[in-house]
Amino acid sequence: MQHNKLRLSSIVEWGTLVGTTLIVCFFLVVIILEIVAKGIGSLSWEFISSIPKEGMTKGGILTPIIGTVLITLITALFSIPFGVFCAIYLNEYAENNWLTRTIRAAIRNLSGVPSIIYGLFGLALFVQTLQLGTSLIAAGLTLGLLSLPYIITTTEEALMQIPNSTREAALAVGATKFETIKDVVIPSAVPGILTGVVLTLSRAAGETAPILFTGAAFYISDTNGYINQEFMALPYHLYMLSTQHQAIEEVRPIAYGTALVLILVVFLLNLSAFYIRYKFRKNEN
Amino acid sequence: MKYKVRIGLDVTFKYIFKATGLLVLCLLGGILAMLIYNSISFFMDVKPLDFITGMEWNPTAKNPAYGMLPLILSTTIVTFGAMLIAIPLGIGTAAFISEYAGTRLKNILKPAIEMLAAVPSVVIGFLGIVVLSPGIADMAGLPNGLNALNGAILLAVMALPTIITIAEDAIHAVPKTYKEASYGVGATKWQTLRKVIIPAAAPGIISAVMLGVGRAIGETMTVLMATGNAALIPTGFFDSVKTMTATIAIEMGEVPYQTTHYYGLYALATVLFFMTLIANIVGEYFINRLRKYHAA
Repeated sequence: MQHNKLRLSSIVEWGTLVGTTLIVCFFLVVIILEIVAKGIGSLSWEFISSIPKEGMTKGGILTPIIGTVLITLITALFSIPFGVFCAIYLNEYAENNWLTRTIRAAIRNLSGVPSIIYGLFGLALFVQTLQLGTSLIAAGLTLGLLSLPYIITTTEEALMQIPNSTREAALAVGATKFETIKDVVIPSAVPGILTGVVLTLSRAAGETAPILFTGAAFYISDTNGYINQEFMALPYHLYMLSTQHQAIEEVRPIAYGTALVLILVVFLLNLSAFYIRYKFRKNEN
Repeated sequence: MKYKVRIGLDVTFKYIFKATGLLVLCLLGGILAMLIYNSISFFMDVKPLDFITGMEWNPTAKNPAYGMLPLILSTTIVTFGAMLIAIPLGIGTAAFISEYAGTRLKNILKPAIEMLAAVPSVVIGFLGIVVLSPGIADMAGLPNGLNALNGAILLAVMALPTIITIAEDAIHAVPKTYKEASYGVGATKWQTLRKVIIPAAAPGIISAVMLGVGRAIGETMTVLMATGNAALIPTGFFDSVKTMTATIAIEMGEVPYQTTHYYGLYALATVLFFMTLIANIVGEYFINRLRKYHAA
């Protein structure tokens, strides 16, 4: 009796933990199935290669795709050099003093600042103070600032993986510290840095709040992507189609299609990051 | 290359690297300065006490009201609801992954959770509109399901990956000897989990929850899309709410530059900034305590 009771209760207990895990997996499955099932019908070559037509009730999403690609490029161009340089400073040069500790604390805090506050900062700094106006460049730089703490943290982790003996060997044959970093440390840390960069950019590509007031537009007729003009972006397009459009029910298929393209882009970026990480680990062994 | 040039480059880049380190400080300083400068401009027009204790947020009325209570309570109820859902699910999942799942299952579950974390917030908000809202409306007999409950469920989904990952690390870090000692005195796996492992991992779990709270408070798009955005004091989970983030997102696009309303949104952002900062600092504090504890 006692034994049976123990076994029954252990099944209930095990079931509780499995249940919670299944619920979490259920969320992911619902998200993916719902978007894929209802978005796949809209997906076609024409959908991703033609611009929105007739008040966005017809046509495709070429303009928002171009906008998202361009804004992610600007984010990368800004945040990668600054982020990697800062990580190099922290890992290779900085002594353990109050300044370094303050910088580290600042990075931790910055990665917790809500994205909408980055949006406000981008509005105040780039749009108004630097007179860039609501534009692709202002929004790209805003996302660049948002990405900076993540790039720094992941790059620093990659640099930490490089053993000190590697640095010492380079220094011992007469390389300067800068040459050691440029020719030895960075090349061996590239896979780790790349993983972090790709993950960060996939996050930036899906962000909406920071571009709300820095340059994203409801509709743009041309696909030239001028850096000083407003732009369309996939996440903002989805937000607009699902909440602000006058014919919400009519544009639902396009909204589902946009959501599907958006998660495909984000998941593909994530998968490539996993792949880089996986290959890198394999090579190490 | 000449020796002098090489040394010159070495020194130059040393300063360039250091300058980027200082840039990060400037960024945080810049954000703080912007928030505080604009908040001061706001408090020249509106009494701080009216802002903090005001029961009405209606900046576009004839007699504009700038009370932040409805907004702060909206944020609180949505975050609280999200945590009611996410804490048990998150800890249960973390315990399952760490203690029960085999290596193969772990290799499926961990990337699945990373995928969940990668879903853009606007997609989750969209699902709140097209899936959750009709569901809630049907079940509760409401005209629509855009309310605090909807936002809470969505925020729970968004906070779960953070909570699971950190809690799993904390549970995983509990020394094996603790478990062995517990099994040694005849405790079952469940008893060991509840009475030994979870208490030992408690600081890490608290920090997981606090970082999840920080994420939920600061999240904009999901609550903007799914909570209905009525700036009233919420009385329950079926009320439509307008959180601080959603208020900024909606009103910043419409407000004229450098008006009281404009400054008011920055004052709101300042409060939001410090709320997330406190949640994150508490989270950090407990992570550090766990690290010290395990190092000792």
